[in-house]
Amino acid sequence: MLLQVENLEVKYGNIQALHGISFHVNEGEIVTLIGANGAGKTTSLHTITRLPPPEAPRVIAGDIKFQGESILKTKPSDVVKELHLALSPEGRRIFGNLTVMENLKIATYAREKDADLDAEYERIFDLFPRLKERRKQRSESLSGGEQQMLAVGRALMTGCKFLLLDEPSMGLAPVLKYELFRKLKQLNEEGMTILLVEQNANLALHLAHRGYVLDTGNIVAEGTSEELLGNPEVKKAYLGG
Amino acid sequence: MDFIIQNILNALQWGSFYALIALGYTLVYGVLRLINFAHGDIFMVGAYISFFVASFLIGPIVGFSPMMAFVITVPLTMVLTSLVGVTLERIAYRPLRRKGAHRLYVVITALMAGLVLEYSNLALLGASRLKFPELIEKQIWHFGGVTMTNLKVMVIVTAILVFLFLQWVVTRTRVGMAMRAISYDKFAIPLMGIPIDSIIVVTFVLGSGFAGLAGLLFAMSYPVLEPFMGMLIGWKAVIAAVVGGIGDIKGAFVGGFLLGFIEVGVVTVFPSTYRDLFAFTILLLILWMKPSGLFGIPQSTKI
Repeated sequence: MLLQVENLEVKYGNIQALHGISFHVNEGEIVTLIGANGAGKTTSLHTITRLPPPEAPRVIAGDIKFQGESILKTKPSDVVKELHLALSPEGRRIFGNLTVMENLKIATYAREKDADLDAEYERIFDLFPRLKERRKQRSESLSGGEQQMLAVGRALMTGCKFLLLDEPSMGLAPVLKYELFRKLKQLNEEGMTILLVEQNANLALHLAHRGYVLDTGNIVAEGTSEELLGNPEVKKAYLGG
Repeated sequence: MDFIIQNILNALQWGSFYALIALGYTLVYGVLRLINFAHGDIFMVGAYISFFVASFLIGPIVGFSPMMAFVITVPLTMVLTSLVGVTLERIAYRPLRRKGAHRLYVVITALMAGLVLEYSNLALLGASRLKFPELIEKQIWHFGGVTMTNLKVMVIVTAILVFLFLQWVVTRTRVGMAMRAISYDKFAIPLMGIPIDSIIVVTFVLGSGFAGLAGLLFAMSYPVLEPFMGMLIGWKAVIAAVVGGIGDIKGAFVGGFLLGFIEVGVVTVFPSTYRDLFAFTILLLILWMKPSGLFGIPQSTKI
């Protein structure tokens, strides 16, 4: 097991956001967390990436293990640097005042000096050719879809082996959504482990191997994607009947 | 003609001091969105540090020549002053940042920190003014009716070099890129594997180090030190930075020199008691026409 979340309980201030959830991700898998707004999906990702306060939720019980070892005391920059775990956050959060290329470059901040970065930039540009065309532009000027691709590309440039994605389809036109999800599948086939948080449960379950359904800080259903897609309650609540 | 050139030189010298201090304000603002009101007092602390370092080096225990003392005082003052800046960040601003305190409280903390520096100086050293030792033999050059000193040249050249250096750091280096990125979105910085606190420390090192340098040059130019010497010049430098477009390196530089020119310009025409009134009125007008400052971009895309 690559990532193991055990009975995790977290609070924002006095508000408990997760009530003891457990899930795991195996190497090479795509796992999805689905659920409505406020179910605790983003909170789970922020807790795993150990974001610093004030954004971070406070862990009050449970544990997060990466390759069997607790990462609750790991520094957020080390999550990226040592564990090779990267998050493409909700709302993309690209650095709009930097160029496309600088956005990719800044993600290599903590990497080994001798890494062959040129080849990796090329790989990102192969994956998302639009970024290559626009690499000298201020990234603010990109369209929503391009910004999302940049956010994913930026996360990949950290040299991650495990990619966490928070609502990557949000605000994208259907064509772009499918394109992005095809790219994610391609990445996974090349060996990337992916934890995907999505409101679009249908899309997510068609990409993922397994999934967990979150509801107000609890996991209410879990299983392979086929099982969840066939589960009448999940169907009713999250897949539009 | 000589009169005009002389005044331009004077304006450049004053502008250099404002610019050097304004650069520190703008750096910290660019990264933390905080007007570090203690920065003028860091300048004062820098002047005092340089006083003690220089006096010690030329004093009986070490006995260096003034020139030798100067060469060592410059880096030592910068290092020690940046330590003061970093300490301030560590004990005053970082805890508030950790708790997610509203910006207002951080600004008030900065104001108080400045007062603490002023009054702890007063308490420790008393109100008597200190006389800065002469480190560099003053050379005065005459070109027709224009007088120029080696110190003035040094001040102006230093301000230009510091500006070019900081511009290079911010636009061309990895740390500078991280600084620009923080100014846009602090949230995503740790996700890039960047330890946010170390970038902030670098920012304070740069800002305070050059404030220390400004303090040393100021003390050499106007060799009388007192605990409140950083107050008015600090305020003026903030205003210069804001008029230039706070958060922008070029803006701080241009704003500093603009203020120098306005002040000297006013004094050549009006009695010197009108200087600050006119200078600030002109700056008010500039802000009235362009609230984001000369080089400022509205909203979040600073530095």
